[in-house]
Amino acid sequence: MASFGLFNYWIAVAIMMVGFYGVIAKRNLVKQVISLGLFQTGVFLFYITMSVYHAPDGTPGRAPVWQAIQGGLAKDPGPYDNPLPHVLMLTAIVVGVSTLSVALAIIMNIKRLYGTVEADEISEIEDAIDHREELTSR
Amino acid sequence: MDALIPHLPVLLVLTPLFGGLLAALMPRRGPAPWMWSLLVTAFEVVLALWMVKQVQRSPQETITYLIGWWPAEYGIAYVIDALNAYVILVVALLAFVSTLYAKSSVEDEIPKDRHNFFYSIWLLAICGMVGICATADTFNIYVLLEISSLTVYTLIAMGKYRDRRALTASLKYLVLGSIGATFILLGIGYLLMLTGTLNMPDMHEQLMLMKAKGTLEGNRTVLVGFAFITVGLGLKMAMWPLHLWLPNAYTFAPSAVSALVASTATKVGVYMAFRFIFTLFGTVYDSSATLALMAFCGTLGIIVSSIRAAQANNVKKILAYSSVGQLGYIVVGFSMANESGVAASVIHILNHAVTKGAMFMACGAVVLRMGNADLKSFYGLGRRMPATMAAFTVGGLGLIGMPLTSGFISKFYLVSGALHDGQWWLALVVLAGSLISIVYVWRVIEVIYFKKTDKRAPVAEAPFTMLIAMWILVSASVVLGVDAELTGRLAEFAARALIGGAS
Amino acid sequence: MIEPSPVLAIAIPLVGGALVVAAGARRNLREAVTLLTSGILFATVLALIPAALAGPSPTTEVLHVLPEIPLAFHVEPLGMIYALIASGLWILNSVYSIGYMRANREAHQTRFYLCFALSIASVMGIAFSANMLTLFMCYEVLSLVTYPLVTHKAPKVAAIRAGRTYLGILVSASVLLMLPAMVGTWMYTGTLDFVHGGVFGEALERGSVPPWLFGFIFFLFMYGIAKAALMPFHRWLPAAMVAPTPVSALLHAVAVVKAGVFSVCKISTYLIGVDKLAEYGQGGWLLYAAGISVIAASLIALFQDNLKRRLAYSTVSQLSYITMGAAMLNPLGMMAAAMHIAAHAFGKITLFFAAGSIYTAAHKTKVSELDGIGRRMPFTMGAFTVGCLSMIGLPPTVGFVSKWMLLGAAWTAEQYFAIGVLVVSTLLNAAYFLPIVYRAFFRPPPSPGTTGEPRHGEAPWPIVVAVTGTALCAATLFFYPSVFAELALALMKGMPT
Repeated sequence: MASFGLFNYWIAVAIMMVGFYGVIAKRNLVKQVISLGLFQTGVFLFYITMSVYHAPDGTPGRAPVWQAIQGGLAKDPGPYDNPLPHVLMLTAIVVGVSTLSVALAIIMNIKRLYGTVEADEISEIEDAIDHREELTSR
Repeated sequence: MDALIPHLPVLLVLTPLFGGLLAALMPRRGPAPWMWSLLVTAFEVVLALWMVKQVQRSPQETITYLIGWWPAEYGIAYVIDALNAYVILVVALLAFVSTLYAKSSVEDEIPKDRHNFFYSIWLLAICGMVGICATADTFNIYVLLEISSLTVYTLIAMGKYRDRRALTASLKYLVLGSIGATFILLGIGYLLMLTGTLNMPDMHEQLMLMKAKGTLEGNRTVLVGFAFITVGLGLKMAMWPLHLWLPNAYTFAPSAVSALVASTATKVGVYMAFRFIFTLFGTVYDSSATLALMAFCGTLGIIVSSIRAAQANNVKKILAYSSVGQLGYIVVGFSMANESGVAASVIHILNHAVTKGAMFMACGAVVLRMGNADLKSFYGLGRRMPATMAAFTVGGLGLIGMPLTSGFISKFYLVSGALHDGQWWLALVVLAGSLISIVYVWRVIEVIYFKKTDKRAPVAEAPFTMLIAMWILVSASVVLGVDAELTGRLAEFAARALIGGAS
Repeated sequence: MIEPSPVLAIAIPLVGGALVVAAGARRNLREAVTLLTSGILFATVLALIPAALAGPSPTTEVLHVLPEIPLAFHVEPLGMIYALIASGLWILNSVYSIGYMRANREAHQTRFYLCFALSIASVMGIAFSANMLTLFMCYEVLSLVTYPLVTHKAPKVAAIRAGRTYLGILVSASVLLMLPAMVGTWMYTGTLDFVHGGVFGEALERGSVPPWLFGFIFFLFMYGIAKAALMPFHRWLPAAMVAPTPVSALLHAVAVVKAGVFSVCKISTYLIGVDKLAEYGQGGWLLYAAGISVIAASLIALFQDNLKRRLAYSTVSQLSYITMGAAMLNPLGMMAAAMHIAAHAFGKITLFFAAGSIYTAAHKTKVSELDGIGRRMPFTMGAFTVGCLSMIGLPPTVGFVSKWMLLGAAWTAEQYFAIGVLVVSTLLNAAYFLPIVYRAFFRPPPSPGTTGEPRHGEAPWPIVVAVTGTALCAATLFFYPSVFAELALALMKGMPT
C-alpha cells in the first residue's frame, strides 16, 4: 500500500500527464494552451505536496504562520509544513499566468491573420505558402 | 566607484531589468528607445568587463553575492567564477552589438509607435539571459529562464509585421519552451525534495554527503530529477531532436531578434547544461550513459541538420538549421567530458555566437533591402552590397571552420577532444558535418557572386550602423581565429574547473 | 635596411595585393605594381638562400593561434627550393599574364591580380612554415584564394562546376584526413614543430603510439594533401583547367600542386621522419600508390585531345614522381624529389605558357588542330619542344637531371618497382608529347582557304618573352643546376640516415 500512500503524488502526476497529453494531441491552439496550463498546475501540486510534513508520531504539520499566530515565536512551534515550496509556487503561478497571457495574445493575432485557431487549417495555409515560395525560388 | 564592486553580480542583472522597464516609458516614436537601449547595453558591457577583471584577480576563487544578505541556503545567491563571467561577457557584448544593429532593422520591421515596447522587451530578454548565467539558485534559474523565454517569444512574434508565420513559429516555441521549462522545474523539485536546498553548490554538497553515506545508491529520485532536467535543457538549447521549434522561430523573427537570439539564447542553454551536468551532478552521479546519448544526439544533429540546411531555399532557414548543427558541435564537445572537448564547447559558444550573429546580421541587411531572405534575393548581391556580402562570406568560412577564422579553433579543440579518448569515429563525424556545411555555405556564396543580379535589386549598401555591427563581429571572428591565446586559455581554464568537479 | 626574413616574404605580396586594389582600374599602374612586387619578392627570397643553406634557421613566431601552437616561420632548404621557384616564376608569369589577359580581354582583371598576389603570399607561408599548423593554415588559404581564379570565367556553368570540384576535393580531403592527422600528431606527440627526423621518435619508443597508428597518421597525411594529386584525389586538377592559362601555368602547374608535393616532402621529412617510417616498416605502400598514379595518369593523358587537359594529366603523373621520390624513404630519394620539384616546374610552366600562347594567337585548344602551327609560331613551339624534352627527361633539359637522380635513388634503394615505373612512364611521356611536336613541325598546315582557319602569327610579345624565358631556364638548369642541387644536398645532409 506504500504506493497508494503517496496518492497525492499520483494525482499530481495524473494532472500533469493529462495536460501533457492535451498539449500533444489537441489540434486547437486554445485547447493546447489550456492543456499547457494544466501541465504546469500539475507541477505546482507536486511541489505543494512535497512540502507536507508529518511528525514521526503521526501529527500532521500545519502552516507555520498559523503556528506563529497561535502561540507566538517563543513557543515550540510543533510540526509544521515546509513553507519554501509554497513560496516558490507563488512565483511559478505568476510565470504560468504570464505564459498564458503571451500565448493568448499570440493566438489572438493568429486568429486575426489566419482566420482560424485550428492547427491543421493553419498548417494547410502555411504549406500553401511554402509551396508557392518553392515555385518562385526556382 | 569602488563601493559598487561588491554589488557587481547583481548590478549585471538589475541594469537591463530597470533599463527595460524604463524603456517602456520612453516616447513611442523617434530614436530615444534605441539610444537608451544602446546606452544600457554599453553599460552592461562595462559592468561585464569589470566583473571579468574582478574574477581574474583571483581566478581560483568564486565571488558570491547574497541577495538581501540571506544565507545561500535560504535566499538567492549569485555566484560568479571564470566560466560565467566569460559567458556573461559574451552575452553582454553580443547584446550591445545586436542593439547597435537593431536600429535600421527595427525601424523597417516594427511599426513606428511600438519601438519603446520593442526595446523594453529586448532589454528584459537580455536581463533574463545574463541572470541565468549569474545565479546559483536553481529556482532562480527557472524564473530568469522564463523571463528570457517569454520575452523572446514576444520578440519573435513581432516578426508578424513582415510575415505572419512568425506567430505560429513563436507559439510553437512557446509551447515547447514551456514544456522544457516545466520539465526543468519538475527536475528541480525532485532535487529539492532530496536535498532540501535550492542553492547549486549546497545541493552538490548535500548530494555528496548522501553519496558518502551510501544513501544515494540506487536512489531513483536523483535519477528522475536528472532525466527531467536533461530533457528540459535539451529543449531549451535546441539539442537535436528537440530542436523543432528553432528553424521557423529564427527564420521568421525580425532580423535583429534573429541575430540576438541566435547568438545568445541557445548559448545560455548550453551554459545551464554545463552547470547542471558538471557542477551539480558531476561527481555525484555517473552521467556517462547520458553523455553518450548526448554525443549520439549531437552527432546525428550535426549531420541531419546540416543536410536540412543544404536543402533549404531561404537563407535565414539555412542559417537556422546550421545553428542546430553547430549546437551539435557544442553538445558533442561537452559530452566527451574531457578537457579538450569541454574547452571546445566553451570556446565554440563564443566563436559560434560571433560567426552566426554576423551572418544573421548580413542576412537581415538583405531582408531590409530586398524584403525577404530567399536564396533568390541574394542573386548577384556581391556587386550590389559588397561589404555585407563580404561579411556573410567570412562568416560562412567561419561556419565551415576554415583556418584564420574562429571556427577553425573550435574544430581543432573538438577533434583533439575526440582523439584524446581515441574516438576517431567521432572526429570523422564532426569533420564530415563540416564538409556538409561547405555545401550549404557554398550554395549561397555561388549565388551571391556568380548569378546575374536581379534588375529590381537595390543599389544601396546596408545602413552604416548595420555594417559596423556586422563587421565588429566578423573581425572578432577573424581575430579569435588567428590569435586564440586568450580565449583558448580561458576555455581550458573553465574546462578544467568544470571537469575538476567531475573527476 | 629591412632584414630579409620569411615574414617579409609573406608580407610583400600581401602589400602588393593591397596596392593592386588601390591602383584598381588604372591598368598600367596596376600591372607595374604586380611586376615590381614580384621582383622585390624574388630579391628577398634570393637573399634568404644563405640562411637556407646553413640549415633550418631560428623560427619567428608571429601569433599564437592556439595557446601552445604559434603561427611560426623558418627558412630551410626544401622550403627554399619551393619559394625560389614560385617567386622566380611569378615574375615571368606576371609578364605573361599581362600579355594574355589583355589580348584575351578577360574581365575582372583587378580581382585576378589581387588573388594572384594573395596566392603567392600563402605559397610563401607554406614554403617557410615552421610547424604543421602554419602549413595547414596557409594550405587552406591557398585553396580559398585560388578559388576565384578557377571560377574566373563565371557565370559560365563550366567554371562554377569546376570550382565546386576544385574546392570540394581539396577542402574535403584536407579537413577529413589531414586535419585529424594533424590533431592526432599534436595529441600523441605534444608538438607540431618541423624538426629533422620527425616528432614521433620518442612516442614510438615509449610505445604510446603503436606503429600501426603511426602508419595510419602517415596515410592520412598523404591522402589528405589532395594538392599532391595522388590518385584518386586528382580530379580537381583537370577541372581547374577552365581557369585562364596564367592561372593554370603558375598555380596549377607550379604553385598549388607544388604546395601539395612540397607538403608531402616536408611532412615526411620534418614531421613524420622517413627514417622512422623505414624503421617501423610503415609507409611502403606509398611507393606503389604513387607508381600506379604515375602510370595511370600517363595513360589517361595519352587519350586527351584538349591540350590543357593533357598537360594536366601529365602534371598528375609528374607529381607522383615526386611523391615516389619521397616514398623511397631514404635521403637520396628525398633529394631527388626536391630536385624534381624544381625541374618539373620549369618544364611544365613552359608547356602551359605555350598552350596559352596558342590559344591567344590561334584560339585553338585541341591537339588535333595543331597541324603545322610550328611554322607560324616558331618561338612558342620551340619552347614547347624544350618543355616536352624536360618532361620526358631528355638532355639538355633539367628534367634529365632530376629523373637521373630519381633513378639513382631507386637503384640505391633497390626499388625495382620504381625503376620499372620510371622506364615505362618515360616511354608514355614520349608517346603523348612527341606527337604534338611532330604535328606542329612536320605536318603541313591546313590550307589558308579552309573555313574557320584564322590567320595568325606569334602571340603578343609579353607572352613570347615569358615562354622563351622559362624554356631557357629549363635548358640552363641542365648545365648549371647548382643552386637547387646545393639546396637539395643541404636537405639531405640534415637528414638522419
